[in-house]
Amino acid sequence: MTLSGPLTFLLQLPLASAAGAADAFLERLPLVARDWVTSWLPEPWRWLVNSLLSIAVILSVFGLLFAYVTLAERKILGRIQNRPGPNRTPIPFTKLRFFGLAQPFADGVKSLTKEDVVPRGADHLLHFLAPVVLLAFSILTFAVIPYGRHLVPVELNAGVLYFFAAGAATELAVFMAGWASRNKYSLLAAMRALAQLISYELPLLLAWVPVVLVAGSLSTTEIVAAQAGWQFNVIPHWHVFTPWGAAGFAIFMIAALAESNRSPFDLPEAESELIAGHLTEYSGFKYALFFMAEYFGMIALSGMAITLFLGGWHAPSPYVEFIPSYVWFMGKLSALLLGFIWIRATFPRLRMDQLTRFAWKFLVPLALINLGNAAFWSLSFHWSGPFQILRWLISVLVVVGPFVLLGRKLSAGVAPRVYRYAV
Amino acid sequence: MTAALVLIAVFTLATAAVALSLRNLIHSALLLIASWFGIAAFYLWAGAEFVAFAQVLVYVGAVSMVVLFAVLLTRRSRADTVIAPDSVARAISAVITGIAVFGVLGAAILNTSFARLSPAGVPPLPSGTGVSPVISAPTATVRDIGMQLMSTHAAALLIIGILLTVALLGAVVLAAQDGPESKQESP
Repeated sequence: MTLSGPLTFLLQLPLASAAGAADAFLERLPLVARDWVTSWLPEPWRWLVNSLLSIAVILSVFGLLFAYVTLAERKILGRIQNRPGPNRTPIPFTKLRFFGLAQPFADGVKSLTKEDVVPRGADHLLHFLAPVVLLAFSILTFAVIPYGRHLVPVELNAGVLYFFAAGAATELAVFMAGWASRNKYSLLAAMRALAQLISYELPLLLAWVPVVLVAGSLSTTEIVAAQAGWQFNVIPHWHVFTPWGAAGFAIFMIAALAESNRSPFDLPEAESELIAGHLTEYSGFKYALFFMAEYFGMIALSGMAITLFLGGWHAPSPYVEFIPSYVWFMGKLSALLLGFIWIRATFPRLRMDQLTRFAWKFLVPLALINLGNAAFWSLSFHWSGPFQILRWLISVLVVVGPFVLLGRKLSAGVAPRVYRYAV
Repeated sequence: MTAALVLIAVFTLATAAVALSLRNLIHSALLLIASWFGIAAFYLWAGAEFVAFAQVLVYVGAVSMVVLFAVLLTRRSRADTVIAPDSVARAISAVITGIAVFGVLGAAILNTSFARLSPAGVPPLPSGTGVSPVISAPTATVRDIGMQLMSTHAAALLIIGILLTVALLGAVVLAAQDGPESKQESP
C-alpha cells in the first residue's frame, strides 16, 4: 500500500506535462518522497518527522552545496589566475582523481584533525560560543526561503523580517569572537568588521523595503506569488525587470557582498594585511565553522535576493515550465554564487574609509530615493497606454538621475584614477 | 502552552538577574541580550510574530551593539568595574529614572483592559457570570500594524523619528570634532 503511491505517480509521468504545472510529478516529487517516508509512522508522529526531514534535507543539501562552492571557487579562481586549482585529491584508496572532486572532504578531515588552539587568556566559553552562535543563526535564515512551489520549510506572516532578524544576530558573534580572543588586534578587527556590518545593514534593509511596498506583504511566499506571470510569454514579471527593482537588486547584492564579508569588501579578514582579523586566534574546526557560516550567509542572502527580485522559483518563460521549480531556484542560486566568485576574482579590495563612505554617502541615499520610486510605481499601477511609457520613463529617470549626479559629485577630484608609476 | 510560558519567563528573568549580579560587564551585556531574546520568544508565544522579529532585529541587532560599544569605549581594562555610584546626585537621578520608568510601565499595564482586546464582533462578557471569559486571540497582521502606526499613532512615530534624528546629529557633532589637519588626502 505504501509503495503504490509513488508507483502510480511514476506511471503518470508521461501525462504530467499535460496537466497543470503545479501538479506535475516532478514538482511534487519531494512531497511524495516525504510522504512515502513518513507513511510508515503512526499519525501523531508524522508532523515531527516531517519537520525533522526538512531540517535534515536543508542541512545536507546546503552542506554539500557549501562544500562544492568552496571547490568551485578555488577552481574558478585558479582558472582566472591561469593555474589549475586543486585537482590532485583522489577518491580514498583509489587512484581516481575526477578533477579533485574529493577535495572538500579532504579539507573537512584536515580541519577536524587540526589542533584546536585556545589562547590562555581567552574567555573560553565565549571563544567556543562565537562560531556556534554564528553558524546557528546563519542556518536559521534558511527556514523561510521558498525553494520551490511546494517547498517552503516554514511559512511565516513576517518571513522577510524573520530572515533579516536572524541575520542581524551574526554581528553579535563577530563581537564575541573578537573580544573573547583577548588579543587587541582581534578586538580592533572585530570593531572594524562591526562598523562594516552596521554600515551595510542599512542599505541591505532599505533595498528590500520597496519589494514589500509593492508586493504588499512580508511573507516570502506571497512575494514570490506577486512575481508570477509573463509579458508576451518571454518577459517574466520579476521585480528585477522594473526600474526600481533593478536598482534595488543592485543595492541588495552590493550590500549582501559586504554583509557576507566577500571580496571586494573582505577587509575584516584581509589575509594579506590583517592575518585574519577577528579570526586570528581561531584554528582547526572552529575556523572552519566561521568559514562555513560565511558561505551559508552568502547562499542564504543569494536565496533571499532570488525570492525578492528574481522571481523566486518561477520559470522565466511558460515554455520551460516543465522543468520543476526547485531546479529553477537552484539554477538561479548557482548563477548568483558564480557571480560572487567572479567578482572576487576581478575586483580589488576597498579601503576602510572608501568602504564606509560608499555605504553612507552613496548606497543609503540611492536606496531611500528608490523607496520613493517604488511608491510612485505602486501608485501609478493603473496607468495604461501612453501613460505606461511615461511611468517607465519617470521611474528610470528617478533611478539613473541620482546615480549619475551622486556618482559625479562623490568622485570629483578622486576619479578617474591616474596611475603615475604604472606603464 | 503554559509550560512554555513558564520556561520563557524563567529564562528571561534568570538571564536578567545573572546579568545584574555579574562583575564582568561584557558578560552582563551578553546575558542582557539573551534576556531580550527571551522577550522576543514571549512575543512569539503570544502570537505577535512581527513584534518578535522586530524585537530581535532592533534589540539583538542594533541596541546590543550600542551597549557593547559603550562598555568597550568607557572601560580601560577588564578589572575596571566600579560598583559604587560616581556621586550622590547621579545615584539619586538613577533611582528617580528607574522609578519613573517603572511607574509609566506599571500604569500602562494596569490601565490596559485586556477584555477589550477581543475582536470587535465579540462583546466583552459581563462580569460576575462565574465563567472565565473565553477571549479569542486578537489577530493583528503586519498591514494592521502599519495602518495603526500611520493613523492613530502617527504623532508618536514622528516624535520618535525626530528624537532619533536629533540623537544621531548630536553623535555626529560630538564625534566629528576634527582639526583641519586631519582633512582627508585624495587617494
